[in-house]
Amino acid sequence: MALPPDYSLPSMALVHALIRRKARNLRLLGVPVLGLSADLLIGAGCVAEVHSSAVSLGEAGLAPRFSEAAERGDIKVVDYTCPAVHTALQATEKGVPFMPLRGVIGSDLTRERSDWQIAQNPFTTAKDPILLVSAIVPDVALFHARWGDEAGNVWVGRRRELATIAHAARNAYVTVEEIRKGDMLEDELLAPGVISSVYISAIAQAVRGAAPLGVADLYAIDDAHLAMYAKRARSREGFNEYLDEFIWQGRKSSLPA
Amino acid sequence: MARQEELLACVIARLIADARHVAVGAASPIPATACELLRAQGKPIRVTRLHKRQGNPFTEGSRELFDLAGQGRIDYFFLGGAQIDGEANINLVRAEGRRFPGSFGSAFMYFTCRTILFREEHSRRVLVPKVEFVSAPGWSAPEVARRGGPVALLTGKALFGWDRERRRFRLDSVHAPHTPAEVRESTGFEFDAGSAVPTPQPSDEELALLRGNVAARIAPDYPEFAQRIWGK
Repeated sequence: MALPPDYSLPSMALVHALIRRKARNLRLLGVPVLGLSADLLIGAGCVAEVHSSAVSLGEAGLAPRFSEAAERGDIKVVDYTCPAVHTALQATEKGVPFMPLRGVIGSDLTRERSDWQIAQNPFTTAKDPILLVSAIVPDVALFHARWGDEAGNVWVGRRRELATIAHAARNAYVTVEEIRKGDMLEDELLAPGVISSVYISAIAQAVRGAAPLGVADLYAIDDAHLAMYAKRARSREGFNEYLDEFIWQGRKSSLPA
Repeated sequence: MARQEELLACVIARLIADARHVAVGAASPIPATACELLRAQGKPIRVTRLHKRQGNPFTEGSRELFDLAGQGRIDYFFLGGAQIDGEANINLVRAEGRRFPGSFGSAFMYFTCRTILFREEHSRRVLVPKVEFVSAPGWSAPEVARRGGPVALLTGKALFGWDRERRRFRLDSVHAPHTPAEVRESTGFEFDAGSAVPTPQPSDEELALLRGNVAARIAPDYPEFAQRIWGK
Protein backbone atom coordinates (compact mmCIF):
# COMPACT_ATOMS: atom_id res chain seq x y z
CA MET A 1 0.00 0.00 0.00
CA ALA A 2 1.72 3.16 -1.24
CA LEU A 3 1.34 6.30 0.87
CA PRO A 4 2.65 9.86 0.40
CA PRO A 5 4.59 11.81 3.05
CA ASP A 6 2.90 14.15 5.51
CA TYR A 7 3.61 17.17 3.29
CA SER A 8 2.07 15.66 0.16
CA LEU A 9 -1.65 15.08 0.67
CA PRO A 10 -1.99 11.96 2.80
CA SER A 11 -5.59 10.81 3.25
CA MET A 12 -5.97 10.77 7.00
CA ALA A 13 -9.67 9.98 6.46
CA LEU A 14 -8.68 6.65 4.85
CA VAL A 15 -6.00 5.96 7.48
CA HIS A 16 -8.60 6.43 10.22
CA ALA A 17 -11.04 4.18 8.32
CA LEU A 18 -8.42 1.41 8.04
CA ILE A 19 -7.76 1.60 11.78
CA ARG A 20 -11.49 1.45 12.55
CA ARG A 21 -11.84 -1.57 10.24
CA LYS A 22 -8.96 -3.21 12.11
CA ALA A 23 -6.94 -3.78 8.95
CA ARG A 24 -4.04 -6.21 9.53
CA ASN A 25 -0.75 -7.25 7.90
CA LEU A 26 -0.45 -4.19 5.67
CA ARG A 27 2.83 -3.67 3.84
CA LEU A 28 3.43 0.06 3.60
CA LEU A 29 5.51 1.77 0.93
CA GLY A 30 6.63 5.33 1.71
CA VAL A 31 6.83 7.49 -1.40
CA PRO A 32 9.49 8.33 -0.54
CA VAL A 33 9.06 8.84 3.25
CA LEU A 34 6.28 8.40 5.81
CA GLY A 35 5.03 10.25 8.86
CA LEU A 36 1.90 10.47 10.95
CA SER A 37 -0.23 8.17 8.77
CA ALA A 38 2.28 5.32 9.09
CA ASP A 39 2.87 5.88 12.80
CA LEU A 40 -0.89 5.66 13.47
CA LEU A 41 -1.30 2.49 11.40
CA ILE A 42 1.74 0.88 13.06
CA GLY A 43 0.58 1.80 16.56
CA ALA A 44 -2.90 0.45 15.85
CA GLY A 45 -1.44 -2.94 14.86
CA CYS A 46 -2.35 -2.70 11.17
CA VAL A 47 1.17 -3.08 9.76
CA ALA A 48 3.49 -6.01 9.11
CA GLU A 49 6.16 -4.32 6.97
CA VAL A 50 7.38 -0.80 6.27
CA HIS A 51 9.35 -0.08 3.09
CA SER A 52 10.49 3.53 3.22
CA SER A 53 13.39 5.98 3.07
CA ALA A 54 12.41 7.32 6.48
CA VAL A 55 9.57 7.48 8.98
CA SER A 56 9.52 10.70 10.98
CA LEU A 57 7.18 13.39 12.29
CA GLY A 58 9.40 16.12 10.85
CA GLU A 59 9.76 19.03 13.25
CA ALA A 60 7.74 17.14 15.87
CA GLY A 61 10.59 14.60 16.03
CA LEU A 62 10.83 10.81 15.84
CA ALA A 63 7.78 8.73 14.95
CA PRO A 64 7.33 6.99 18.32
CA ARG A 65 5.19 3.97 17.38
CA PHE A 66 7.42 3.23 14.37
CA SER A 67 10.60 3.52 16.43
CA GLU A 68 9.35 1.20 19.17
CA ALA A 69 7.94 -1.39 16.75
CA ALA A 70 11.20 -1.39 14.76
CA GLU A 71 13.37 -1.66 17.89
CA ARG A 72 11.25 -4.53 19.26
CA GLY A 73 11.18 -6.33 15.91
CA ASP A 74 7.38 -6.19 15.77
CA ILE A 75 7.51 -4.98 12.16
CA LYS A 76 9.87 -5.72 9.30
CA VAL A 77 11.60 -2.58 8.02
CA VAL A 78 13.11 -2.41 4.55
CA ASP A 79 15.21 0.74 4.25
CA TYR A 80 15.28 2.72 1.00
CA THR A 81 16.76 5.99 -0.13
CA CYS A 82 14.30 8.51 -1.61
CA PRO A 83 15.25 8.46 -5.30
CA ALA A 84 15.28 4.64 -5.30
CA VAL A 85 11.56 4.66 -4.43
CA HIS A 86 10.80 7.17 -7.18
CA THR A 87 12.90 5.18 -9.67
CA ALA A 88 11.21 1.87 -8.81
CA LEU A 89 7.77 3.42 -9.37
CA GLN A 90 8.87 5.17 -12.57
CA ALA A 91 9.96 1.77 -13.90
CA THR A 92 6.42 0.51 -13.29
CA GLU A 93 4.97 3.62 -14.97
CA LYS A 94 6.94 2.73 -18.08
CA GLY A 95 6.24 -0.99 -17.90
CA VAL A 96 9.92 -1.93 -17.67
CA PRO A 97 11.28 -4.40 -15.10
CA PHE A 98 14.00 -2.16 -13.61
CA MET A 99 15.70 1.20 -13.93
CA PRO A 100 19.27 2.33 -13.19
CA LEU A 101 20.09 4.87 -10.49
CA ARG A 102 23.39 6.59 -9.76
CA GLY A 103 24.86 6.75 -6.27
CA VAL A 104 23.97 4.33 -3.44
CA ILE A 105 26.84 1.89 -4.17
CA GLY A 106 28.73 1.25 -0.93
CA SER A 107 25.71 2.02 1.24
CA ASP A 108 24.54 -0.77 3.57
CA LEU A 109 21.11 -0.22 1.99
CA THR A 110 22.24 -2.45 -0.89
CA ARG A 111 23.02 -5.43 1.36
CA GLU A 112 20.90 -8.58 1.30
CA ARG A 113 18.40 -7.28 -1.23
CA SER A 114 17.13 -9.41 -4.07
CA ASP A 115 15.33 -6.43 -5.64
CA TRP A 116 18.48 -4.34 -6.22
CA GLN A 117 21.56 -5.33 -8.21
CA ILE A 118 24.78 -3.64 -9.12
CA ALA A 119 25.60 -4.13 -12.81
CA GLN A 120 28.18 -2.94 -15.31
CA ASN A 121 27.06 -0.12 -17.63
CA PRO A 122 26.80 -2.04 -20.95
CA PHE A 123 27.49 1.08 -23.05
CA THR A 124 31.10 1.59 -22.03
CA THR A 125 34.22 -0.54 -21.94
CA ALA A 126 35.44 1.35 -18.85
CA LYS A 127 34.52 -0.06 -15.47
CA ASP A 128 31.26 1.67 -14.49
CA PRO A 129 29.12 -0.09 -11.87
CA ILE A 130 25.56 1.18 -11.53
CA LEU A 131 22.63 0.24 -9.31
CA LEU A 132 19.58 -1.39 -10.91
CA VAL A 133 16.35 -1.00 -8.95
CA SER A 134 13.54 -3.41 -9.77
CA ALA A 135 10.07 -2.06 -10.42
CA ILE A 136 7.58 -1.83 -7.56
CA VAL A 137 3.88 -2.43 -8.27
CA PRO A 138 1.82 -1.34 -5.26
CA ASP A 139 -1.52 -3.11 -4.92
CA VAL A 140 -3.10 0.08 -3.68
CA ALA A 141 -2.30 3.78 -3.50
CA LEU A 142 -4.16 5.97 -1.01
CA PHE A 143 -4.04 9.76 -1.00
CA HIS A 144 -6.10 12.91 -0.71
CA ALA A 145 -6.73 15.65 -3.30
CA ARG A 146 -8.19 19.10 -3.48
CA TRP A 147 -10.78 18.20 -6.13
CA GLY A 148 -12.38 15.27 -7.87
CA ASP A 149 -14.76 15.68 -10.81
CA GLU A 150 -17.74 13.97 -12.40
CA ALA A 151 -15.42 12.36 -14.97
CA GLY A 152 -13.49 10.60 -12.19
CA ASN A 153 -10.32 12.72 -12.43
CA VAL A 154 -8.54 14.19 -9.42
CA TRP A 155 -6.55 17.42 -9.12
CA VAL A 156 -3.34 17.36 -7.04
CA GLY A 157 -1.68 20.51 -8.39
CA ARG A 158 2.08 20.39 -8.19
CA ARG A 159 2.16 17.26 -6.00
CA ARG A 160 3.11 15.19 -9.00
CA GLU A 161 4.64 12.36 -6.95
CA LEU A 162 1.00 11.39 -6.41
CA ALA A 163 0.65 10.96 -10.16
CA THR A 164 3.62 8.59 -10.15
CA ILE A 165 2.04 6.57 -7.33
CA ALA A 166 -1.32 6.44 -9.11
CA HIS A 167 0.30 5.45 -12.43
CA ALA A 168 2.24 2.62 -10.78
CA ALA A 169 -0.40 1.19 -8.42
CA ARG A 170 -2.98 -1.39 -9.49
CA ASN A 171 -5.65 0.62 -7.67
CA ALA A 172 -5.70 4.22 -6.50
CA TYR A 173 -8.33 5.28 -3.97
CA VAL A 174 -8.56 9.00 -3.41
CA THR A 175 -10.45 11.17 -0.96
CA VAL A 176 -11.18 14.73 -2.12
CA GLU A 177 -12.18 17.99 -0.50
CA GLU A 178 -14.77 18.74 -3.15
CA ILE A 179 -16.34 17.12 -6.22
CA ARG A 180 -16.62 19.49 -9.18
CA LYS A 181 -19.04 19.33 -12.04
CA GLY A 182 -17.69 18.48 -15.49
CA ASP A 183 -14.25 17.29 -16.61
CA MET A 184 -11.12 19.09 -15.35
CA LEU A 185 -9.09 17.78 -18.31
CA GLU A 186 -11.15 20.14 -20.51
CA ASP A 187 -9.76 23.11 -18.56
CA GLU A 188 -6.34 24.25 -19.84
CA LEU A 189 -5.35 25.79 -16.49
CA LEU A 190 -6.40 22.85 -14.30
CA ALA A 191 -5.32 20.01 -16.61
CA PRO A 192 -1.56 20.02 -15.74
CA GLY A 193 -2.40 19.31 -12.09
CA VAL A 194 -4.87 16.53 -12.91
CA ILE A 195 -4.43 12.77 -12.57
CA SER A 196 -6.62 11.20 -15.24
CA SER A 197 -9.46 8.86 -14.26
CA VAL A 198 -7.59 6.14 -16.21
CA TYR A 199 -5.53 5.63 -13.06
CA ILE A 200 -8.17 6.26 -10.38
CA SER A 201 -10.22 3.36 -9.00
CA ALA A 202 -12.58 5.35 -6.81
CA ILE A 203 -13.11 8.77 -5.28
CA ALA A 204 -14.90 9.68 -2.07
CA GLN A 205 -15.52 13.11 -0.65
CA ALA A 206 -13.89 13.74 2.74
CA VAL A 207 -13.93 17.38 3.79
CA ARG A 208 -10.72 18.19 5.71
CA GLY A 209 -9.68 14.64 4.81
CA ALA A 210 -5.96 15.38 5.26
CA ALA A 211 -6.27 17.04 8.69
CA PRO A 212 -4.35 17.41 10.98
CA LEU A 213 -2.01 17.58 7.97
CA GLY A 214 -2.56 20.21 5.32
CA VAL A 215 -3.95 20.99 1.87
CA ALA A 216 -2.27 23.94 0.12
CA ASP A 217 -4.34 27.14 0.23
CA LEU A 218 -7.13 25.46 2.26
CA TYR A 219 -5.71 24.49 5.63
CA ALA A 220 -2.17 24.20 7.00
CA ILE A 221 -0.49 21.41 8.94
CA ASP A 222 -1.62 21.66 12.57
CA ASP A 223 1.82 21.80 14.21
CA ALA A 224 0.34 21.89 17.70
CA HIS A 225 -1.61 18.68 17.01
CA LEU A 226 1.50 16.93 15.70
CA ALA A 227 3.52 18.01 18.75
CA MET A 228 0.69 16.78 21.02
CA TYR A 229 0.59 13.45 19.15
CA ALA A 230 4.38 13.06 19.33
CA LYS A 231 4.26 13.56 23.09
CA ARG A 232 1.30 11.27 23.80
CA ALA A 233 2.39 8.49 21.46
CA ARG A 234 5.68 8.07 23.31
CA SER A 235 3.86 5.58 25.53
CA ARG A 236 1.49 2.83 24.46
CA GLU A 237 -1.11 4.16 26.95
CA GLY A 238 -0.85 7.70 25.61
CA PHE A 239 -1.21 6.40 22.06
CA ASN A 240 -4.31 4.40 22.94
CA GLU A 241 -5.85 7.48 24.55
CA TYR A 242 -5.14 9.39 21.34
CA LEU A 243 -6.87 6.66 19.29
CA ASP A 244 -9.89 6.75 21.61
CA GLU A 245 -10.14 10.50 21.42
CA PHE A 246 -9.52 11.10 17.72
CA ILE A 247 -10.40 7.87 15.91
CA TRP A 248 -12.78 5.64 17.86
CA GLN A 249 -14.78 8.50 19.35
CA GLY A 250 -14.77 10.31 16.05
CA ARG A 251 -16.81 7.49 14.53
CA LYS A 252 -19.70 8.20 16.86
CA SER A 253 -19.69 11.93 16.20
CA SER A 254 -18.71 13.65 12.97
CA LEU A 255 -17.23 11.02 10.68
CA PRO A 256 -19.54 9.16 8.30
CA ALA A 257 -20.09 5.48 9.03
CA MET B 1 28.81 38.81 21.01
CA ALA B 2 27.59 36.40 18.36
CA ARG B 3 25.40 33.46 19.26
CA GLN B 4 26.69 30.00 18.37
CA GLU B 5 24.04 29.65 15.63
CA GLU B 6 25.24 32.91 14.06
CA LEU B 7 28.87 31.77 14.20
CA LEU B 8 27.97 28.44 12.56
CA ALA B 9 25.98 30.18 9.82
CA CYS B 10 28.99 32.40 9.05
CA VAL B 11 31.31 29.37 8.89
CA ILE B 12 28.94 27.64 6.46
CA ALA B 13 28.63 30.80 4.35
CA ARG B 14 32.43 30.85 3.91
CA LEU B 15 32.48 27.15 2.99
CA ILE B 16 29.86 27.51 0.25
CA ALA B 17 30.78 31.02 -0.97
CA ASP B 18 31.30 29.77 -4.56
CA ALA B 19 27.86 28.13 -4.77
CA ARG B 20 25.41 28.89 -7.57
CA HIS B 21 22.62 26.60 -6.32
CA VAL B 22 22.17 25.19 -2.80
CA ALA B 23 19.36 22.97 -1.50
CA VAL B 24 18.46 23.02 2.18
CA GLY B 25 16.02 20.86 4.12
CA ALA B 26 13.30 21.44 6.67
CA ALA B 27 15.52 20.66 9.64
CA SER B 28 18.31 22.98 8.46
CA PRO B 29 17.68 26.52 9.74
CA ILE B 30 21.40 27.24 10.21
CA PRO B 31 22.38 26.22 6.63
CA ALA B 32 19.37 28.20 5.37
CA THR B 33 20.65 31.21 7.36
CA ALA B 34 24.09 30.82 5.75
CA CYS B 35 22.52 30.89 2.28
CA GLU B 36 20.47 33.99 3.09
CA LEU B 37 23.62 35.67 4.44
CA LEU B 38 25.36 35.10 1.10
CA ARG B 39 22.35 36.56 -0.71
CA ALA B 40 22.32 39.55 1.64
CA GLN B 41 26.02 40.04 0.79
CA GLY B 42 25.01 40.33 -2.87
CA LYS B 43 26.06 36.85 -4.06
CA PRO B 44 23.76 35.65 -6.87
CA ILE B 45 23.02 32.28 -5.27
CA ARG B 46 19.87 30.23 -5.87
CA VAL B 47 18.51 28.63 -2.71
CA THR B 48 16.03 25.78 -3.01
CA ARG B 49 14.28 25.27 0.30
CA LEU B 50 12.73 21.83 0.53
CA HIS B 51 9.33 21.52 2.20
CA LYS B 52 8.62 25.23 2.22
CA ARG B 53 5.50 25.93 4.22
CA GLN B 54 4.00 27.99 1.39
CA GLY B 55 4.53 26.77 -2.15
CA ASN B 56 7.65 24.84 -3.09
CA PRO B 57 10.16 24.99 -5.92
CA PHE B 58 9.14 21.77 -7.68
CA THR B 59 6.39 21.08 -10.18
CA GLU B 60 7.35 17.46 -10.91
CA GLY B 61 6.97 16.24 -7.33
CA SER B 62 9.69 15.59 -4.81
CA ARG B 63 11.66 13.46 -7.29
CA GLU B 64 12.60 16.67 -9.12
CA LEU B 65 15.13 17.43 -6.36
CA PHE B 66 16.95 14.17 -7.09
CA ASP B 67 16.72 14.67 -10.84
CA LEU B 68 18.28 18.13 -10.43
CA ALA B 69 21.03 16.74 -8.23
CA GLY B 70 21.61 13.79 -10.57
CA GLN B 71 22.28 16.20 -13.41
CA GLY B 72 24.71 18.24 -11.32
CA ARG B 73 22.43 21.27 -11.02
CA ILE B 74 22.81 21.50 -7.23
CA ASP B 75 26.26 22.48 -5.97
CA TYR B 76 25.96 22.03 -2.22
CA PHE B 77 23.81 19.99 0.14
CA PHE B 78 23.87 19.39 3.90
CA LEU B 79 23.74 16.06 5.68
CA GLY B 80 23.84 15.08 9.35
CA GLY B 81 23.83 11.72 11.06
CA ALA B 82 22.99 9.86 14.22
CA GLN B 83 26.60 8.72 13.78
CA ILE B 84 29.43 10.07 11.63
CA ASP B 85 32.78 8.28 11.45
CA GLY B 86 36.37 9.20 10.60
CA GLU B 87 35.95 8.04 6.99
CA ALA B 88 32.98 10.43 6.62
CA ASN B 89 30.43 7.60 6.49
CA ILE B 90 27.07 8.67 7.89
CA ASN B 91 24.41 6.61 9.68
CA LEU B 92 20.79 7.72 9.83
CA VAL B 93 19.26 4.28 10.47
CA ARG B 94 20.17 2.70 13.81
CA ALA B 95 22.67 3.01 16.66
CA GLU B 96 23.03 1.44 20.10
CA GLY B 97 19.75 -0.43 19.75
CA ARG B 98 17.82 2.69 18.81
CA ARG B 99 15.97 3.11 15.53
CA PHE B 100 16.27 6.48 13.77
CA PRO B 101 14.00 7.75 10.97
CA GLY B 102 16.04 6.44 8.02
CA SER B 103 18.44 7.40 5.27
CA PHE B 104 16.19 9.85 3.35
CA GLY B 105 17.97 10.87 0.13
CA SER B 106 21.47 10.72 1.62
CA ALA B 107 22.69 7.67 -0.34
CA PHE B 108 22.11 9.66 -3.53
CA MET B 109 22.71 13.28 -2.56
CA TYR B 110 26.13 12.50 -1.01
CA PHE B 111 27.23 11.21 -4.44
CA THR B 112 25.87 14.12 -6.44
CA CYS B 113 26.51 17.29 -4.36
CA ARG B 114 29.45 18.78 -2.54
CA THR B 115 28.30 18.08 0.99
CA ILE B 116 28.74 19.88 4.28
CA LEU B 117 28.31 17.41 7.14
CA PHE B 118 26.65 19.36 9.90
CA ARG B 119 25.80 18.16 13.39
CA GLU B 120 25.77 20.51 16.38
CA GLU B 121 26.26 17.75 18.95
CA HIS B 122 29.99 17.03 19.17
CA SER B 123 30.43 13.92 21.29
CA ARG B 124 31.89 10.43 21.17
CA ARG B 125 28.31 9.17 20.87
CA VAL B 126 27.93 10.92 17.48
CA LEU B 127 31.53 11.07 16.17
CA VAL B 128 32.38 7.38 16.28
CA PRO B 129 35.31 5.25 15.04
CA LYS B 130 32.98 3.26 12.75
CA VAL B 131 29.26 3.79 12.05
CA GLU B 132 26.97 0.84 12.84
CA PHE B 133 25.14 1.26 9.51
CA VAL B 134 26.38 3.05 6.40
CA SER B 135 23.44 5.10 5.09
CA ALA B 136 25.81 6.85 2.70
CA PRO B 137 29.56 6.21 2.30
CA GLY B 138 32.11 9.00 2.71
CA TRP B 139 34.20 7.86 -0.24
CA SER B 140 33.93 5.46 -3.17
CA ALA B 141 36.27 3.33 -5.24
CA PRO B 142 37.64 5.21 -8.30
CA GLU B 143 35.42 3.34 -10.77
CA VAL B 144 32.20 4.42 -9.01
CA ALA B 145 30.68 7.50 -10.64
CA ARG B 146 30.67 10.20 -8.00
CA ARG B 147 30.64 13.94 -8.50
CA GLY B 148 29.96 14.89 -4.87
CA GLY B 149 31.13 13.98 -1.41
CA PRO B 150 32.24 15.50 1.86
CA VAL B 151 33.79 18.96 1.93
CA ALA B 152 33.86 19.56 5.66
CA LEU B 153 32.36 18.46 8.97
CA LEU B 154 31.02 21.29 11.11
CA THR B 155 29.96 20.75 14.73
CA GLY B 156 29.11 22.95 17.69
CA LYS B 157 32.76 22.82 18.74
CA ALA B 158 34.89 22.69 15.59
CA LEU B 159 35.33 22.69 11.83
CA PHE B 160 37.07 19.72 10.22
CA GLY B 161 38.24 19.82 6.62
CA TRP B 162 38.11 16.59 4.59
CA ASP B 163 41.29 15.28 2.98
CA ARG B 164 40.01 13.32 0.00
CA GLU B 165 43.33 11.65 -0.80
CA ARG B 166 44.01 10.49 2.74
CA ARG B 167 40.32 9.87 3.58
CA ARG B 168 40.72 11.64 6.88
CA PHE B 169 39.39 14.68 8.65
CA ARG B 170 41.72 17.51 9.61
CA LEU B 171 40.97 19.90 12.49
CA ASP B 172 40.87 23.29 10.76
CA SER B 173 39.39 25.47 13.48
CA VAL B 174 37.90 25.38 16.96
CA HIS B 175 35.04 27.62 18.16
CA ALA B 176 35.80 29.59 21.35
CA PRO B 177 35.59 28.79 24.22
CA HIS B 178 36.31 25.20 23.16
CA THR B 179 39.93 24.01 22.84
CA PRO B 180 41.73 21.55 20.54
CA ALA B 181 42.32 19.27 23.55
CA GLU B 182 38.61 19.26 24.34
CA VAL B 183 37.78 18.52 20.68
CA ARG B 184 40.15 15.54 20.69
CA GLU B 185 38.62 14.35 23.96
CA SER B 186 35.05 14.47 22.60
CA THR B 187 35.79 12.95 19.15
CA GLY B 188 35.60 9.17 18.80
CA PHE B 189 37.58 8.94 15.54
CA GLU B 190 41.20 9.69 14.66
CA PHE B 191 41.90 12.89 12.74
CA ASP B 192 44.85 15.00 11.63
CA ALA B 193 45.89 17.90 13.87
CA GLY B 194 45.55 20.59 11.19
CA SER B 195 45.94 24.27 11.96
CA ALA B 196 43.26 24.17 14.69
CA VAL B 197 43.09 27.97 14.79
CA PRO B 198 40.27 29.73 16.63
CA THR B 199 37.19 29.93 14.35
CA PRO B 200 36.82 33.58 13.25
CA GLN B 201 33.94 35.34 14.99
CA PRO B 202 31.28 36.95 12.75
CA SER B 203 32.19 40.50 11.76
CA ASP B 204 30.01 43.47 12.75
CA GLU B 205 28.80 43.63 9.13
CA GLU B 206 27.83 39.95 9.13
CA LEU B 207 26.00 40.30 12.44
CA ALA B 208 24.11 43.37 11.22
CA LEU B 209 22.96 41.48 8.11
CA LEU B 210 22.03 38.36 10.11
CA ARG B 211 19.94 40.32 12.58
CA GLY B 212 18.29 42.43 9.89
CA ASN B 213 17.42 41.17 6.39
CA VAL B 214 18.50 37.58 6.99
CA ALA B 215 16.34 37.12 10.11
CA ALA B 216 13.34 38.55 8.25
CA ARG B 217 13.82 36.08 5.37
CA ILE B 218 14.32 33.07 7.65
CA ALA B 219 11.34 33.69 9.95
CA PRO B 220 8.51 32.55 7.60
CA ASP B 221 9.93 29.04 7.03
CA TYR B 222 11.70 28.53 10.37
CA PRO B 223 9.50 30.44 12.83
CA GLU B 224 10.65 28.65 15.98
CA PHE B 225 14.32 29.17 15.12
CA ALA B 226 13.95 32.86 14.23
CA GLN B 227 12.04 33.48 17.45
CA ARG B 228 14.67 31.72 19.56
CA ILE B 229 17.72 33.36 17.98
CA TRP B 230 16.53 36.82 17.07
CA GLY B 231 13.18 37.23 18.82
CA LYS B 232 11.48 37.64 15.40
